[in-house]
Amino acid sequence: MEEPGASLDEPTPRPVTPSPETIYRHRLPTRIWHWVNMITILIMIGSGATILNAHPHLYWGNYGANFDRPWYNPPHMPSWLTIPSHYNLALARRWHLLFALVLGFGLLGYMIASLVNRHFQRDLRVRAGELAPGHLWHDVKEHLALRFHDPENPAAYNIFQKLAYVSVIFVLIPAMILSGLTLSPAMNAAWPWLLDLMGGRASARSVHFIAATGIVLFIVIHLALVLLAGPINEIGSMITGRWRVPEKKP
Amino acid sequence: MSGIITRRAVLTTGALGAGLVLGGCDKIAEQPGFRKILFSGEKINQGLQRALSARTALAPEFRPDQMSPIFRTNGNRNPNTPDYNAMAGVQFAGWKLQVGGLVTRPLAISLAQLRAMPARTQITRHDCVEGWSAIGKWRGPLLGSILKLAGVRDTARFVVFTCADLMGGQPYYESIDLIDAFHPQTILALALNDAPLDVGHGAPVRLRVERQLGYKQAKYIMKIDAVASLDGIGKGKGGYWEDAIGYDWYAGI
Repeated sequence: MEEPGASLDEPTPRPVTPSPETIYRHRLPTRIWHWVNMITILIMIGSGATILNAHPHLYWGNYGANFDRPWYNPPHMPSWLTIPSHYNLALARRWHLLFALVLGFGLLGYMIASLVNRHFQRDLRVRAGELAPGHLWHDVKEHLALRFHDPENPAAYNIFQKLAYVSVIFVLIPAMILSGLTLSPAMNAAWPWLLDLMGGRASARSVHFIAATGIVLFIVIHLALVLLAGPINEIGSMITGRWRVPEKKP
Repeated sequence: MSGIITRRAVLTTGALGAGLVLGGCDKIAEQPGFRKILFSGEKINQGLQRALSARTALAPEFRPDQMSPIFRTNGNRNPNTPDYNAMAGVQFAGWKLQVGGLVTRPLAISLAQLRAMPARTQITRHDCVEGWSAIGKWRGPLLGSILKLAGVRDTARFVVFTCADLMGGQPYYESIDLIDAFHPQTILALALNDAPLDVGHGAPVRLRVERQLGYKQAKYIMKIDAVASLDGIGKGKGGYWEDAIGYDWYAGI
């Protein structure tokens, strides 16, 4: 295995500034949103699981009830996962509909902050060439070797990180919010285009479930990669903002 | 690379943390202070939804070919009290809808009189709080027309519906505010899918308040009262399910 520190000196002479031991990686808005959102999403998944248990059948179209044909019957959500742990739809809805506001306005605030501080433009923008098969394959191999950072530019996100974060921030969470709003009969009256966008209320409920499944999948992969990349450094950086560059100094 | 022990410790801590968030939710939801915060979401959502929609914004209406093949029943499917059975036995011939409370002219309206009133027909979607939806065709006079006939006083803020079905020995009841009471789609439905309302769906008359969930659509309505406050009615939360379990009074979402 190549020693990254050693290779720095040999082929291309690097600028004299040595790579710093730690870099400032996560700005305050990112860190605040990350932790608020973590708690919010756990609560949304738990309370959503209770709500799903109330009618565990999913349909496509404008309507769907017991006499109609579901495309999927999700399994019963176990009590260790649900909020509250005993079945109480009224209380689950109280959790869900309050924290839905935190989720929605939290995302809005984070998006505005990340446009202003250029986090999106600088860190999440997928650049030409990153999606080229050669580059993707290179990053797959790097992942399999548990190397997640470009030694030349350790602060940059790799393409799979970018795609994962972009999917969550710009696709999955907005899909959760829009499909959730579509379930509201009052919002159907206020914004009828929601129903057109989702293809009906029963479809919106299915989209809500599929997007939630996507978020759960993201959480599993995200946690696994935090563990593989070094959990102390990764979690610490999301608290203090400062991230230790994993490669040892020569 | 950190050692496996550290990693395991972190994994355990993470799992414990997630467990505490989920498990702690039961405990924290019992604290009166936090419960108040948790329940504040209702008013925030009501305020936002009302701010985002016109007072008379209409719920979506559908074409006949978009209707549910079967419109399921739910909740109480038959009040089955001696009084109700006697009324249903004669097709509600002697039944009269009582309209009172804070009105200038209390009314007692027979089913024939209700049927003779100008009626609105609407194919709308019924959304149960449990998550299912069904589309049906409802027909009946506007609640607003009846309230105008009775003359709602300025002090009234809510309309309360008292029903024939008993829940825990007490009549089921529900309430809405005057914005929804005078909404152009809020009707007292006498018919579903071109047939007189059957017992399962709320005969002789049920409420349709189309921008809210199913439990607000009171069935078996016997009495309508205009009131200034919901205090002192039932347990004061504005409806049976609101009182019994803590469902939101504003069921727009």
